[in-house]
Amino acid sequence: MAGIVTNPRTSKKHAVKPHLSEPGIVKYVLIGIALLFLSLIVLLPMAAVLVEGFRKGWEAYLSALTHPDAMSALRLTLITALIAVPLNTIFGLAAAWAITKFKFRGKNLLVTLIDLPFAVSPVVSGLIYVLLFGAQGLLGPWLDKHDIDIIFATPGIVIATMFVTFPFVARELIPLMETQGVTDEEAAVSLGAKGWRVFFKVTLPNIKWGLLYGMILCNARAMGEFGAVSVVSGHIRGETNTLPLHIEILYNEYQFSAAFAVASLLMVLAVVTLIIKSVLEGRMSEESR
Amino acid sequence: MTRFRKKERILPGFSITLGFTILYLSLIVLIPLAALAIKSADLSAAQWWKTVSDPRVVASYRLSLTTAFVAAAVNFVFGLLLAWVLVRYEFPGKRIIDGLIDLPFALPTAVAGIALTTIYAPKGWVGSLLEPLGIKVAYTPIGITIALIFIGIPFVVRTVQPVLQDLESDMEEAAVMLGSYRLRIFFKIILPDLIPPLLTGFALAFARGIGEYGSVVFISGNMPMKTEIAPLLIITKLEQYQYAQAAAVAVVLLLISFALLLVINILQRWSNRRLRTVKGA
Repeated sequence: MAGIVTNPRTSKKHAVKPHLSEPGIVKYVLIGIALLFLSLIVLLPMAAVLVEGFRKGWEAYLSALTHPDAMSALRLTLITALIAVPLNTIFGLAAAWAITKFKFRGKNLLVTLIDLPFAVSPVVSGLIYVLLFGAQGLLGPWLDKHDIDIIFATPGIVIATMFVTFPFVARELIPLMETQGVTDEEAAVSLGAKGWRVFFKVTLPNIKWGLLYGMILCNARAMGEFGAVSVVSGHIRGETNTLPLHIEILYNEYQFSAAFAVASLLMVLAVVTLIIKSVLEGRMSEESR
Repeated sequence: MTRFRKKERILPGFSITLGFTILYLSLIVLIPLAALAIKSADLSAAQWWKTVSDPRVVASYRLSLTTAFVAAAVNFVFGLLLAWVLVRYEFPGKRIIDGLIDLPFALPTAVAGIALTTIYAPKGWVGSLLEPLGIKVAYTPIGITIALIFIGIPFVVRTVQPVLQDLESDMEEAAVMLGSYRLRIFFKIILPDLIPPLLTGFALAFARGIGEYGSVVFISGNMPMKTEIAPLLIITKLEQYQYAQAAAVAVVLLLISFALLLVINILQRWSNRRLRTVKGA
């Protein structure tokens, strides 16, 4: 299951012919209903984050963001994304290369397995690592003997995040590289280019926007993941809280405006992600022309 | 298959990339998922059944399934409407609206959760309007459904939109010339082509909704038997150190997800095939 359905990249203008359209009044009613629906579901929540975040003024807003617990949550969120995104990117590149440049048995199964994390509930994604690495988990006794902390510590948060963001880059690259085929690379090889050179000089320039696109989405999810991380984190203040978990704690302690102040930070991340995404979509549709 | 062996592999890096892919996949995904199966096997068959047929567990499955289903059904209708409006009409701010459709993908679920709760709580912007009418949204199954509508809307819009965009207008032209009126054309000519992507979008939103946690947990109120979703119950069992029971509840949830994944794959294949025959005709 796709966690992300890719945007239509062929944004060809539809020349609307009058005899193939609805009468003006129907049109405006439909647009009206669509916008009302979107306001109730998407726009109002965004507005609420800002209004609630600034309810107690700028100073309270800034002090919520600069609170030591918020800073340490921000640090952990950044560390997590800095590990998970590059690793999943390397994986995505390797998987896409193997799958799109070669023919082998079991390819369809492999593609399905790569998609698997999208079908798993975030809570279950966290649970599997607790069952593997937790105190009562399968490897628990061994880890305990060697004094290695994974669950309720940073490694667990990073691994759970890697799981939920696992397919993003691969999913983006596989269809892209599939359509590009192998002719460019084969030509390069026949002219004497070697492995890495083929990749950096021929493949990478062809896939760079798609690669960035996958990484951006991967990063947004890595920084915002809540369910999986919540299960493995243990919620130790100043140590194992990421930004989304910090928001939960503030909210549950009725520090609403502080919770929304931190939430507004993540909302900015989401909006920036969407802007970059739409720029990249423009680039990709230009290049595919 | 043998004819693809070695001599046709002109490009380098097959064994290393495939090897790394399988290794990484196993370490991050397959082995941990196997741990789930192993741990839930700690229970005997009878204990296992007792866990997953417990009234509280069954109530949580039913709640997760019904709210996700209703939310996906709402998104089926409004997703089609949004895709239609975005593809067929021009209006100011259209690009921004189009971009906002993806917000639920990009916005952390916890942020969506607290924002929706604040709006739909009895004293919130929308909740206070509904309160006099006797409609309670937050801390009821309706609230859970609203959160799942938020989470699911991009799935339907983004699967229907490209199909609607690529739809050829010749059939519509012919129908107009034969004197058919607009609504009839929509139902007889346009809608049949949109059914496969609509169902795919529906299934994607449904599947996502069943497992969703972050956006729901704040608005649901989490009352056992009433507003306690299945993922939350797993966490509750974990917090009581009932690891094997948590695993058993999770296995059933996972099986439902995988069954849906299968349905989605079949739907997508159907959708693609249909599209191709339509285009090829």
